[in-house]
Amino acid sequence: MKIIIANSSPDPIYEQVGKQIKSQIISGDLDEGDALPSIRTLAKELQISVITTKRAYEELEKEGFIDTVGGKGCFVAMQNKEFLKEKKMKTVEEKLSEAVKDAKKLGVNMKDLKEMLSILYNEEE
Amino acid sequence: MENVIEIQNLRKNYDDFTLKDVSFSLPEGYVMGLIGPNGAGKTTIIKLIMNLIMKNGGGIKIFGKNHTEHEVEIKSRIGFVYDTPNYYEHLNLKQIKNIIAPFYSNWDEPVFVSLVDKFDLPLKKIIRKFSRGMVMKAAIAIALSHHADLIIMDEPTSGLDPVFRRELLDLLYELLQNEKKSILFSTHITSDLERIADYITLILDGKIIFSRSKDEIFENYAIVKGGNELLNEETKKYLKGIRTGEFGFESLTDNLSEVKKKFGPDIVIDRASLEDIMYYSNLRNNHA
Repeated sequence: MKIIIANSSPDPIYEQVGKQIKSQIISGDLDEGDALPSIRTLAKELQISVITTKRAYEELEKEGFIDTVGGKGCFVAMQNKEFLKEKKMKTVEEKLSEAVKDAKKLGVNMKDLKEMLSILYNEEE
Repeated sequence: MENVIEIQNLRKNYDDFTLKDVSFSLPEGYVMGLIGPNGAGKTTIIKLIMNLIMKNGGGIKIFGKNHTEHEVEIKSRIGFVYDTPNYYEHLNLKQIKNIIAPFYSNWDEPVFVSLVDKFDLPLKKIIRKFSRGMVMKAAIAIALSHHADLIIMDEPTSGLDPVFRRELLDLLYELLQNEKKSILFSTHITSDLERIADYITLILDGKIIFSRSKDEIFENYAIVKGGNELLNEETKKYLKGIRTGEFGFESLTDNLSEVKKKFGPDIVIDRASLEDIMYYSNLRNNHA
């Protein structure tokens, strides 16, 4: 697991922690059933407060990414594969809409944009 | 969750200073930072908790018990670091330790030895020849050597270099791995607290300005900057302490979401540090 905190970021620290754990679950770097460090260990490692770490875990639990097993700690929850795919699709969608926005600003039309996309898509193959 | 410290309407009157009905509590397992400028009342609160001075009103409960009735039991569970530790100056650290250790049933000699070693403290040098930093380190070593459940430190990091301050934070994080341990410390070096503190209590002129979780504070407080034309009776309500200059104003808000609505897009919002919060809250043109 890798977590990097940016103090200069406007995002609250609990959100930064949550986001990074989430993206590692979505990408598969963290697997179902993997144990997460305890709240207090993570606080110590990241040099952040216990409350902040707790909140990050609580949010992840609410969203169904992790389970807390009393006395044993936190684990990556059983993931619904469809749900994960949907999440990933959503990030693709977000990035595309960003690209569309930029393209519109530059006056690139739909046809040219589609062409650009197909070139890029084929390059990746 | 149990509170290890519970303070209700605490009052202390001096000729030239009054601690005014101070209330706050610290839940078990967490860290609270007590911040405020010099003379705000931080040390007075800590001395009252430690029953070193008599209160004029209010109540203090430590570990859920009245702090004077159960003083001996309570103090044996507290690791205390006073801002100017006064040890017998002609004694060395080993002799000091031999005097203090018997007071604690949980005294752990190996822990003490390892801390002394870690802090590079000489055991045989008399205290008078210690630098301020060394005296502080000695006090911290003693406070951490009897498995205290509550660590109370008054300005433990003043006079200590940044390297040691980081080491101390590491030690405190180590301690906090046990969820039964709690820490209260006062400081005006707020950067130490930006990391480790769960709760922050700001005290100004004997009064509590706030006592809340650090995350909540950082979510609601921010530095606001903009042109002077934006300041009027209505907008000023949301600002705490304003610094105006020729080219614009700088201020602090504790209500970020309202400020965004009232001031519109022409302002710059910056993250407020605890130091900023302390500074602006203490400005004399405070409207709050």
